[in-house]
Amino acid sequence: MARSLEIEVNGKRHPVNYPPDTPLLYVLHDELGLTGTKYGCGEGQCGACTVLIGGAPRRSCQIPVSAAAVKPITTIEGLEKEGKLHPIQQAFLDAGAFQCAFCTSGMVMSSLGLLQTNANPKREEIVQLLQGNICRCGTHPRVIEAVQHAAKMMQERAR
Amino acid sequence: MNAMLPDFSAEPERFEFNASPIHKFDLARREFFKLLGAGVVVFVVAQDALAAQETPAGSSSFHNEELPKEITSWLHVGEEGVVTGFTGKAEVGQNIRTSISQTIADELRVPFESVRLVMADTSLTPFDAGTFGSRTTPSMTPQFRRVAEAARNLLIRVAAKEWNVAPEGLIAADAKVTDPASKRSLSYAELARGKTLAQNLPSEDPVTPATEWKVAGKPLPKVGGRAFVTGSHQYTSDIRLEGMLYGKVLRAPSFGATLASLDDSAAKAMSDVTVVRDGDFVGVTAPSSHQAQKALEAIRAQWKEVPQVSSKEIFSYLKKNAEPSSNERFRHQRGSVDEGLAAAAHRLETTHNVAYIAHAPLEPRAAVAQWTEGKLAVWTGTQRPFANRDELASVFHIPESSVRVFVPDTGAAYGGKHTSDAAIEAARLAKAAGKPVKVVWTREEEFTWAYFRPAGVIEVKSGISKDGKLTAWEFHNYHSGMSGIETPYEVANQHTEYHQVPLVLRSGSYRGLAATANHFARESHMDALAQVAQMDALEFRLKNLSEGRTRAVLEAAAKSFGWPRQKTQPGQGFGLACGFEKGGYVATCAEVAVNRASGDVRVVRAVAAFECGAIVNPDGLRNQVVGAIVQGLGGALFEAVEFEHGRITNPHFASYRVPRFRDVPEIEAVLLDRKDIPSAGAGETPIMAIAPAVGNALFDATGIRLNNLPMVPKGLRAA
Repeated sequence: MARSLEIEVNGKRHPVNYPPDTPLLYVLHDELGLTGTKYGCGEGQCGACTVLIGGAPRRSCQIPVSAAAVKPITTIEGLEKEGKLHPIQQAFLDAGAFQCAFCTSGMVMSSLGLLQTNANPKREEIVQLLQGNICRCGTHPRVIEAVQHAAKMMQERAR
Repeated sequence: MNAMLPDFSAEPERFEFNASPIHKFDLARREFFKLLGAGVVVFVVAQDALAAQETPAGSSSFHNEELPKEITSWLHVGEEGVVTGFTGKAEVGQNIRTSISQTIADELRVPFESVRLVMADTSLTPFDAGTFGSRTTPSMTPQFRRVAEAARNLLIRVAAKEWNVAPEGLIAADAKVTDPASKRSLSYAELARGKTLAQNLPSEDPVTPATEWKVAGKPLPKVGGRAFVTGSHQYTSDIRLEGMLYGKVLRAPSFGATLASLDDSAAKAMSDVTVVRDGDFVGVTAPSSHQAQKALEAIRAQWKEVPQVSSKEIFSYLKKNAEPSSNERFRHQRGSVDEGLAAAAHRLETTHNVAYIAHAPLEPRAAVAQWTEGKLAVWTGTQRPFANRDELASVFHIPESSVRVFVPDTGAAYGGKHTSDAAIEAARLAKAAGKPVKVVWTREEEFTWAYFRPAGVIEVKSGISKDGKLTAWEFHNYHSGMSGIETPYEVANQHTEYHQVPLVLRSGSYRGLAATANHFARESHMDALAQVAQMDALEFRLKNLSEGRTRAVLEAAAKSFGWPRQKTQPGQGFGLACGFEKGGYVATCAEVAVNRASGDVRVVRAVAAFECGAIVNPDGLRNQVVGAIVQGLGGALFEAVEFEHGRITNPHFASYRVPRFRDVPEIEAVLLDRKDIPSAGAGETPIMAIAPAVGNALFDATGIRLNNLPMVPKGLRAA
């Protein structure tokens, strides 16, 4: 087994013992115990496993850990700082934008990726970006509401 | 252990009711206090509670199982003032953890925050048949009100004894008992301290009417919401036990195939891999799921396949293979359809095919199993923890008391997580490996080896008089089921019949069961009848409908939608549909936009009016109603399970299309709060009317009547 591989997750470096061709998802979820990142399909179709790699939303089930090791990775566990929720998390909570919530981590990470490049997205841009994230409970309208709300909070914070 | 999948014989309408043994709850009260600490506990022994739970209102003639007298719920008030409710129901995203907690807080007169709920743990919670049939709210609300009221009265009596006064004058509020005469008060925590008081109570105590609810009825946010936005909630698939291995199961290439030969030498040679063979069951365990997958791929197996029906021929197959209908309970008859048709000014016949669809919950089936000295503990996302326990006990030939099933709050189910497949697999592998094993189904396994909402063929024949009154109604459903099969419209001459067909694909419950198919057929047919009668769709329905609650939702939806609407652009269309089932009443209006050149179909707006008695949590209810509309759009427009030679040919989200953000219209949920009517469930019925509403809108837009579900799997080609 490769012992040399390391990944940086949520600002912390971790040695990786799983083989380098293992999809990042399994390293995060099973090896590192960062279980907030979910397996929904393993095919890059549902978005439940979305994490930020170098700030961009990526499907962790589709990326070998070796390929992910070059840039810092952010998972849902990395958003809360000193007991305070990130505005995007707070916005999902305020909007009640989840039911079974299995899609929530992926929705939050995808939305965060969007807001980091587009601080004030139009509704259509949110829809476009989240098209790759499946919610089977049908909570889509509230997710859009949450992203719009988060955009406002993040802009106010930046001011 | 020959067949891993339990024999799934079809039960009409409710496929899951193939097992209802008498269950015993075996935790002694002494044990209970040892576990929870001292305090006050109240048990409900409801003679008819289980019967009520399994029998949907209005169809008692279909289910006559004898059900045991049982403890059905209980409540503990602890020394620290923490209130714990116990229920065998499972949280699968429908938000009952919140709504039941509200009910308890309301009736016990304690802050919402002091209530916690232990759910779906077969060793701690009372027996429960399962979380299905929209039965949680109608069965658990009155039960928890009764236990909470009894606990409140018990605490009042404890205070009365303490102060040596009559209990009648004492007041319970804000988690304390107060004596208005002396102004003394004692908190529930103080009253419970050092006590081990237990009380049984009968099931017919009075409860606080909805008009006086203080905590219930409010839009409180989901309990534990923070754990979901931080990713810290542990679903079954997230659980990790010390030394736990990952399991994978070898699947047959097609349904019904049996194992002819097996070469597992390469897999066995891999380090840290265990291969298990037990009859046709073959599985592997390894320290990581990646290794387990590699080991599975290294196994060479030969299978003997058998001929299977394909989706191309399914509808003619269902018609041809219908069993002769001998059972009265599948048939409802009134008047004479022949006479009604003879008297009609217009007659209409339609046929509707309904495809198999998949639940596709985002969390696939998963289980973690651990054996300790012959006892089995299983964590699994199921709607039927006790049935899972019994199946595990039966499969492994151990007493039920040796099996404990826990259900972590689960990544959805929609009627699709009744069986114990993953639990049995994990337990079998764990037994062989001598370590805890986790099995998480792949998406492809979930799409292939779970079960489906059954396909069906529905035939409708009707007649109307010159002035648009129904004179005859004949309705036949082949295979898909009986839910919502009865027409709510007034018609003197009618014949409704369900025709059983042996299972083709493994089939079972699905949100709303066959009510979606039956409402689609009926409400599409009614719309076509309105055309024939040259009447407005709303006016035609109201003319034939006297049932007040259905009328109320129909009128409410129409009002919010602005029915009748004038078209302002080409390709625009409007439609509506309504119905009732399981104590819920729904009417849905839809607006569509059709691009005739490209065939692109878009649902622009949907308005659903819903009424289910007194609303326990309007925020949770709104989520359920909107969610049902979105989910219903999938089956309405494009979802269909395709299969050939015993293989599912679209077992991926890339080929099985579910609703995504772009498919979601503007949705308005109009909630009618009937505080004078006991709360019914709401998880299912709001899904029933969206498909016909959209179909009727598509007809309005194009003049094309789409009689089959899904309606436009490949868009609507110019016609």
